[in-house]
Amino acid sequence: MTTVSISNIVKRYGSKKTVTTALHGISFDVQQGELFGLIGPDGAGKTSLFRILTTLLLAEEGTATVDGFDVVKEYKEIRKRVGYMPGRFSLYQDLTVKENLDFFATIFNTTIEENYDLIKEIYQQIEPFKDRRAGKLSGGMKQKLALSCALIHRPSVLFLDEPTTGVDAVSRKEFWEMLKRLREQGITILVSTPYMDEASLCDRVALIQSGRIMQIDTPAGIVQQFGKKLLAVKSNNMLELLKILNDQEIVENAYPFGEYHHVVLKNGGEDVLRNELNRKGMLFEMEEAEANIEDCFIRLMNND
Amino acid sequence: MVDKVIIADKLTKRFGDFTAVDGISFDVSQGEIFGFLGANGAGKTTAMRMLSGLSMPTSGKAMVAGYDVYKENEKIKRNIGYMSQKFSLYEDLTVRENIRFYAGIYGKSNAFIKEKTELVLKQLHLTSEADKLVKSLPLGWKQKLAFSVAIFHEPKLVFLDEPTGGVDPVTRREFWNLIYEAAAEGITVFVTTHYMDEAEYCNRVSIMVDGRIDALDTPAQLKKTFAAQSMDEVFLKLARKAVRGE
Amino acid sequence: MKQFISFVKKEFHHIFRDKRTMIILLAMPVVQIIIFGFALTNEVKNSKIAVWDQSKDEASASLLSQLDASRYFEIVKPVFSTAEMEAEFKKGKIRMAVVIPPKFQEELVHFNKAQVQFIADASDPNVANTLTTYASSVVQDYQSRITGEKKMPYAISTRVRMLYNPELKGAYNFVPGVMAMVLLLVCTMMTAITVVRERETGTMEIMLVSPAKPFRIVIAKAVPYFLLSAVNIASILLLSVYVLDVPVNGSLALLVGESLLFTLVSLALGLFISTKVATQQTALFISLVGLLLPTVMLSGFMFPIENMPPPLQAVSHAVPARWFYNIVRSVMIKGTGLEVVWKDTLILVGMFLFFGGLAIKNFKIRLS
Repeated sequence: MTTVSISNIVKRYGSKKTVTTALHGISFDVQQGELFGLIGPDGAGKTSLFRILTTLLLAEEGTATVDGFDVVKEYKEIRKRVGYMPGRFSLYQDLTVKENLDFFATIFNTTIEENYDLIKEIYQQIEPFKDRRAGKLSGGMKQKLALSCALIHRPSVLFLDEPTTGVDAVSRKEFWEMLKRLREQGITILVSTPYMDEASLCDRVALIQSGRIMQIDTPAGIVQQFGKKLLAVKSNNMLELLKILNDQEIVENAYPFGEYHHVVLKNGGEDVLRNELNRKGMLFEMEEAEANIEDCFIRLMNND
Repeated sequence: MVDKVIIADKLTKRFGDFTAVDGISFDVSQGEIFGFLGANGAGKTTAMRMLSGLSMPTSGKAMVAGYDVYKENEKIKRNIGYMSQKFSLYEDLTVRENIRFYAGIYGKSNAFIKEKTELVLKQLHLTSEADKLVKSLPLGWKQKLAFSVAIFHEPKLVFLDEPTGGVDPVTRREFWNLIYEAAAEGITVFVTTHYMDEAEYCNRVSIMVDGRIDALDTPAQLKKTFAAQSMDEVFLKLARKAVRGE
Repeated sequence: MKQFISFVKKEFHHIFRDKRTMIILLAMPVVQIIIFGFALTNEVKNSKIAVWDQSKDEASASLLSQLDASRYFEIVKPVFSTAEMEAEFKKGKIRMAVVIPPKFQEELVHFNKAQVQFIADASDPNVANTLTTYASSVVQDYQSRITGEKKMPYAISTRVRMLYNPELKGAYNFVPGVMAMVLLLVCTMMTAITVVRERETGTMEIMLVSPAKPFRIVIAKAVPYFLLSAVNIASILLLSVYVLDVPVNGSLALLVGESLLFTLVSLALGLFISTKVATQQTALFISLVGLLLPTVMLSGFMFPIENMPPPLQAVSHAVPARWFYNIVRSVMIKGTGLEVVWKDTLILVGMFLFFGGLAIKNFKIRLS
């Protein structure tokens, strides 16, 4: 069943003279119970799209439905059914943890008790601090509170706009574990992130760049479509190595990747490259590598 | 002997009975790219503030760019550059005006500014955008420009606080190219990041946990020591031990 | 309803937890009343004056002692020449001089036509004016006393009676003014800022993506400020009556009712501003420059409206405080009732509906 359906959405900002187009006709569907990732850098249009889907903004063109309701005409119905966590921490800093949660429960005409089972696992971690003002919480705890507030009315669709931006690796891992458990409860989750490595944690992802969707598929499907031979090379002089690699005719692209440089070959020719590096007197290690989402993203960006 | 640009010795900062930075000791050599990692709240920001002369340590010693953090913080400020993800450029000034403004702060001569501005614009491929407002540039370009502005006055050391947050993977690599070039020119780079693959690009990496430096070594050595496949794993192993929050 | 109460409760949390704002809100009326009542008063008390008594007779001595006895004047120095008098003025030792020509008593008794000269330092024209007015009224008093003793049929003298405020107290003028200012600040500025703050911090975003009726959220924000204003109205009235001795001559109920009406106008105005601006700074700026300034300048509180050039007079019609100021003066000081101020009241009601309506119409159910 399709929970979110987006069709040819165009969003422009600004007046006649300085129009910038944030979204160039985007279309995709998200199925019920999916954990769907919108992966792309800042400024790609992730927030605009989320705001259109949560009825906060109107698109210039195109249509979209959430849980079967039109985002423009039936916005009131959508507002009853979705949970939304904006990119910025958007709770009342001068209210306590409990007061925030109580407040959001009331505006959704519910109580903490009614849906306690849903938020229990998350809320229990911050319950010891329930009388602390939200502004005094750590980043990780704020995030858990914000997620609890977004879930308090048992939404059928949850929109999380960059929940892990600026969050350290440990808290990010914890957060994704929470999301997986929520998905098991049958909640459809749309999450946006600039971190490519988080893509593999989603059921399906859309890679978005400059307001255009470059690819939509399962993480494995995207990686499969990489379609080129990828090598990982390292040496004692990485900067020099990168220059040499990028000068080779057979190399489509070479770029740093962790402790290695990743090399995308146009049409194979691994041995040619090996010989060339040897000829230049480079001491190096070279092995075949499996492409990941970031490699795919870079390739898609360069092919644009 | 290699020049030490940062020497920290049992550097400590307490706020009341809370020890934000708990006796950290390390050196950074000239031209080194030094990764400064840690979970949120581990004390990174406090430590960076002390090293950049913005905050007085409670105890311990530190020399930055050859100056004492207690007595010569004004001199330190003149010899370092600073760039963060949040504060960088004036959106309503043009590219050229931003460069001009920041260079002016450091009292560089007009001739120097003029000549170097053209150089920087060329290096960033921004010559044709020089008179456009910064807010009209894509984020990645802004970040690269902000970095060039931070090292415009040719400091000995530049602090980069999560410089690549939210930047696309291609621009992120271009940004690191700039870092490499700066380091090759002898500028020491002190960088924090949440991208663990970027930790691999550093010459050495320190990982802070609960105000202390729990590990400091080259990425390769750290992976060996912690029997880990990637820096991500090393970081998780260490940061999971943290007891305190932010 | 439960939702609404929870909104209001939340709003009170915001206010009570922001101690600084809280103190400013509640202390502001007290401080303003005190500043206007004691420091900034244009009443003149114990002004130093010099006298040049050239007649030195019983009548002149009696007049002078009456001047000295009044709380407005204090005779510091007898002078004996124009030059000496001028010197005192130049040194700034005195603000007014009284010159009594020779044969004062004789002329008064025989010709009914004695003269007294007041020379005032008009470098501050307001003070000079006030002083000579006071002095004249003392002389009038004196004259009426002696005419009471001896009937003098041919003396023509002007009798000035200061209606409603016989002692010419400044407080009668500024209490209504302060009331308008305080209510405007508390209601308009604070409501505008608090709504805009929700938008700035992103909480409005979450609230919009909820079944809560957006406008109810905003109305709920106005409730606490309405109550706070009621407290301020009470404290201003209590201070006026018990500290500044300004009586409430008309109906107290009407006065309070009108004040609450003005509070509603200010709230509506605040909500209207909040729908138009994007940042707290702009909200603050518009409230201060766009509202407080006209309130002070154009409501008739500082400068009489009749003296303004016609364009400014026209503008003053749009200033809610002008009508409120007029109402408070009428009800509180003159003791008149609704039969006199109904027009001003209707105008305020109209303004409330106008701005309230605009605020509702402009309230966005989406971002931007």
